[in-house]
Amino acid sequence: MNKPKVLIFSGFGINSEEETKVGFDLAGGESDIVHINDLINKKFKINDYQILVFPGGFAYGDDTGAGLAYANKVKNHLWSDLEKFIKNKNLVIGICNGFQIIVNLGLLPALNFKYGKREVALLHNKTARYVCRWVDVKVTNNSPWLKDLDEIPIVISHGEGKFFADEKTLKEIKQKKLIALNYIKGEICNYQNLEYNPTGTLDDIAGITDESGRILGLMPHPERAMFFTQRPDWSLLKEKLKREGKKMPLYSPAIQIFKNAIDYFK
Amino acid sequence: MVARIEVFAKVEDTRAKVKKKKLESSDFPGKIQELFLVDVFTIDKSFSLSQFEKIARMLINPVSQEFVVSTEKDKKYLNLKKFDFAIEIGFLPGVTDNIAHTVKEEIEDSFKEKFAQGENVYSSQIIFISGNLTQKNSENLVKNLINSLIQRAEIKSYSQYIKDRGMDFIVPKVKLTGKAEVIEVDLDISDEQLTLIGKQGIKNKDNTRRGPLALDLVYLKEIQKYFKKLNRNPTDIELETLAQTWSEHCKHTIFADPIDEIKNGLFKTYIKGATEKIRKKKGKKDFCVSVFSDNSGAIEFDNKYLITHKVETHNSPSALDPFGGALTGIVGVNRDTIGFGLGSKPVLNTYGFCFADPNNSTRYFRDKDLTQEVLSAKKIMEGVIEGVNVGGNCSGIPTPQGFLFFDDRYRAKPLVFCGTVGLIPKKAGAKLSHIKKAKPGDYIVMIGGRVGLDGIHGATFSSEEISSGSPATAVQIGDPITQKKFSDAIVKDSRDLNLFNSITDNGAGGLSSSVGEMAKESGGCKVFLEKVPVKYPGMQPWQIWISESQERMTLAVAKNKWKKFSKLMESRGVEATIIGEFTNSAKCQVFYKQSLPSGEGKNKLILDLEMEFLHNGLPKIHRKTKKPKLDINSRLSVEREYFSAKEALLKMLSRLNITSFEFISQQYDHEVQGESVLKPLQGKGRVNGEATISRVVLDSDQGVVLSQGLYPSYSEIDSYHMAASSIDSAIRNAVCVGANLEKLALLDNFCWCSSDDPERLYQLKMAAKACYDYAVAFRTPFISGKDSMFNDFKGFDERGESVKISVPPTLLISSIGIIDDIKKAVSLDLKFPGDLIYILGETFDELAGSELYFMLNQSGGNIPKVNAKVNLKLYQSLQKAIEQELVASAQSVNRGGLIIALAKTALAGKLGLEIDLKKLPGVVKKDDIALFSESQGRIVVSVSPENSKKFEKIMNGNNFNLIGEVRGDNQFKVMGISGKAIIETDLEILEKAYKKTFNDY
Repeated sequence: MNKPKVLIFSGFGINSEEETKVGFDLAGGESDIVHINDLINKKFKINDYQILVFPGGFAYGDDTGAGLAYANKVKNHLWSDLEKFIKNKNLVIGICNGFQIIVNLGLLPALNFKYGKREVALLHNKTARYVCRWVDVKVTNNSPWLKDLDEIPIVISHGEGKFFADEKTLKEIKQKKLIALNYIKGEICNYQNLEYNPTGTLDDIAGITDESGRILGLMPHPERAMFFTQRPDWSLLKEKLKREGKKMPLYSPAIQIFKNAIDYFK
Repeated sequence: MVARIEVFAKVEDTRAKVKKKKLESSDFPGKIQELFLVDVFTIDKSFSLSQFEKIARMLINPVSQEFVVSTEKDKKYLNLKKFDFAIEIGFLPGVTDNIAHTVKEEIEDSFKEKFAQGENVYSSQIIFISGNLTQKNSENLVKNLINSLIQRAEIKSYSQYIKDRGMDFIVPKVKLTGKAEVIEVDLDISDEQLTLIGKQGIKNKDNTRRGPLALDLVYLKEIQKYFKKLNRNPTDIELETLAQTWSEHCKHTIFADPIDEIKNGLFKTYIKGATEKIRKKKGKKDFCVSVFSDNSGAIEFDNKYLITHKVETHNSPSALDPFGGALTGIVGVNRDTIGFGLGSKPVLNTYGFCFADPNNSTRYFRDKDLTQEVLSAKKIMEGVIEGVNVGGNCSGIPTPQGFLFFDDRYRAKPLVFCGTVGLIPKKAGAKLSHIKKAKPGDYIVMIGGRVGLDGIHGATFSSEEISSGSPATAVQIGDPITQKKFSDAIVKDSRDLNLFNSITDNGAGGLSSSVGEMAKESGGCKVFLEKVPVKYPGMQPWQIWISESQERMTLAVAKNKWKKFSKLMESRGVEATIIGEFTNSAKCQVFYKQSLPSGEGKNKLILDLEMEFLHNGLPKIHRKTKKPKLDINSRLSVEREYFSAKEALLKMLSRLNITSFEFISQQYDHEVQGESVLKPLQGKGRVNGEATISRVVLDSDQGVVLSQGLYPSYSEIDSYHMAASSIDSAIRNAVCVGANLEKLALLDNFCWCSSDDPERLYQLKMAAKACYDYAVAFRTPFISGKDSMFNDFKGFDERGESVKISVPPTLLISSIGIIDDIKKAVSLDLKFPGDLIYILGETFDELAGSELYFMLNQSGGNIPKVNAKVNLKLYQSLQKAIEQELVASAQSVNRGGLIIALAKTALAGKLGLEIDLKKLPGVVKKDDIALFSESQGRIVVSVSPENSKKFEKIMNGNNFNLIGEVRGDNQFKVMGISGKAIIETDLEILEKAYKKTFNDY
């Protein structure tokens, strides 16, 4: 079988495309990093791929609101291709800045499958400051992206990750089980005695999906939490394993997110 | 038509909440009840109202935001309930406005229509405040909120706001009225007149002066002689070019000139000299690839890659505008990476800040009339920290490694160190990536941002002390996204296609420096200045040539590659322009074509200098030093006042120079690029480590180790041993986490003061000599460096008395090394109860300049001396033990001494310990020496009992001893030399002390 093809957006300040590619390639995909202008110029085509990735970064420096300017550019030039891509039951993920982009594109939560309508926002953190640290998230819905995962130690790095929706929208999101990931006090927060929801996000929401589950947006970065040695507690765990005569693993749980996406097409 | 689009939150705005809290906690306690923020975009372009509304809709998320569009004809304003004051803050004309830039790009993309010359977008913000504020309060508030060098503010009361129907329409457009012209500068003048040109600049027609050229009389006389020989006067642009090229900032004359008996100068003899000797000694094991010749230094990473490193300072600009100064500092040093070889990819940033105590409230002024106040210590600190935050985070470059150092002599001039590590494959396409050469006939191409008046005289300004004459145009704000675009376009898209032959960054001196430097590769150049893209019309030719406007690179592109190169740049949204051609004429020539109303223009040669004179014409000055007289008392050991060891430990942990700076580590992204192995905060207790490890190639087992060493508090006592201690620390910290000593390199950053003073030069000479002695002894070559020689402030105190504040001579040594297997990295936290605690290295009575003495305000005694032979052997043994995975934790003993190292390792592991000071190796007779002496060459390690025999065997032959054990509870216990317990406390108390100082930051 052919390897599933992954398109990873780049350009204008997106910056996590390379390590995201490492994740998908390790999982068995074949990924291309494509500058948005090369899609606009039709050098590459969205619909030649099965998985679409809006990676982390600082598109347009977060000016006028994170993800907004890049979303405008996608909307101005690539909207019909994107609609077609979604209709064909492909997978889409937006990580951090990518989440902010697809929220502004109205790909999430897209209640009643109305793609293109903005219904939620990602606001400035409660500290109004960028925060980079490890957190724990718990999987709370059935998105194919999150199969076989429960609690995931993972990284956040952002200034605007406080999820917001009005009461009615939030109610519907909950009813339809679109909340995909919640911040919880898990092994990392216990290890370093950390506040479990440092951004003050509504109802501890760290990620949501659309109603199909195939579009996932999340603030945390799985590509920064896929190797064992990326964990903050790895050297203690290694010492413990060593004294128990055990070997240290290579990967950390978040790698499964990339594997799930690739396996979805197998 | 001009429109104001005002955007505001319809849900809670945390930015407003945080701003309110910050203002209340600083100068306005209890005075602010409500604060509301509105972002304003002033658009100066002819659109219809419905078009403006369409733009407004692009700028908001309707779920959380609303907008108002107001035009001069149809004024609309926010109907808010009664407030006290509305303060609108915007930029002064010409200041880089990144948000506006993005909005402009969005409009162009959406309307498929470019902005014409003169049309523009400007961003600003209105702060609506209600509370108990008087008019005077509001004025102070403005002072607190803005930096008047770059920002403007407009205040309105509620009634005024209603009466005017909102705030005013302000378009901060740059309007330059003068006609572009090149003037001849008469050099047939007296020495006094020449000196004046050097100090204050070329005289304009209206008798004002253009700002410092920072050329000494000796240099000016040489220039006078040169033009006499040519039988003509120089043009203004020629003189400005020579000033830039010959500046201390660019030519490092103090390090290059002969000094005392050292004919070849300090750099060649001691810094480069050390590297040459080490490389020769290492023979086949030499891992240096490119040293001192390029924008960064490079060492071998593995068979496929090189890593590059460069550390810069941005002190003078940061004193005037801390945010902009630090931001341009970090994005500027990123360009030293992109500008290495054929383009290295930035993969790590480092930082180091020397500040005054943020609570220091002394006021200083740059002028005698007390109108230009130096920013408060707190504002400088906050602005600098924020600048590196924005620069590093926006560029997607992790910033794990850094330090803070506090001393009130940095009050008026902070030191801001910014470093960048790059990764570059050895082969770029068909070429060796570290070799570059512009060829005659290649186009000179400028890419990135446009040229404006911002950043005129930055290079010459930093070669002088800060005073009231310091030019405000030297201040600028960086634009990380413009840079990110071309950075990706160069290192990810075009480098490996071999589309260019050479590249360098536009930093100090702007085009005059970048083109001038690259022209050395081909043997000459000719530039057509009118082709350089400018931000606004009306700039003088000399200004275009020397402007340091940020985010630009200069490249040499072969004619047959231009089409492909320019197409690629265009597709990446990067402006690329041919501005001339490299030649082999042996001349640097600049032409300028002034457009006449008819559209015709005349091409005039306005700069015509021989390359030889431009680069090698500056005369050498033989510098003399004088040994400073040292206060005899400071050599004597003094009797210290009695204090409780526990109390001293708690106080020391809260000291600015020791306390946790987690608030910085958490706001600087250190996880982007997925490289993080050993993080800035380590262990359960999140303690700031002394070194970090990054896996810059994700499929390699190797990692890059970074650390730093710096001891300004030793400098006035003995700059030789100060430098030795810095080197030993930078090396030791790296070895502690697992660096391979055979692949460890150093960088030097000298930040001196009053470097025309022979006593300061003596200190410099001794420090440089130590660099040679210790680098050679440790076999750790210098690969790059930078100096900044005049970190002095000349101004006035509150009473108008003139003051001079000089920073202490400061030398930052940065280490960069390789760990062969990241899985063997050692963190600093204690791991398990029952593990044995060893001290490696000997403790001496070396408390002078220590943090303890700083706290007790004592002087006297000895500063640490470094025995490189003993320490090298010890470090080699430790490296072996780490390779065999025998070490559970390691903490280098640095500032504060042994007890601070013990506290950190315990706090990080959240495990108690018990230590017996009697067991310390060496002749330590007193508890305070044992606890707080800063003797170099020491490391605290913990080892599991089952590994202890193997560990001791490897360490055999070194000075080390078992001094205690890790406890299963949280008790922290130290037995003194007399056998009595001198510290008995618990980790909660220690943690509180360690973390409380910056709790509110």
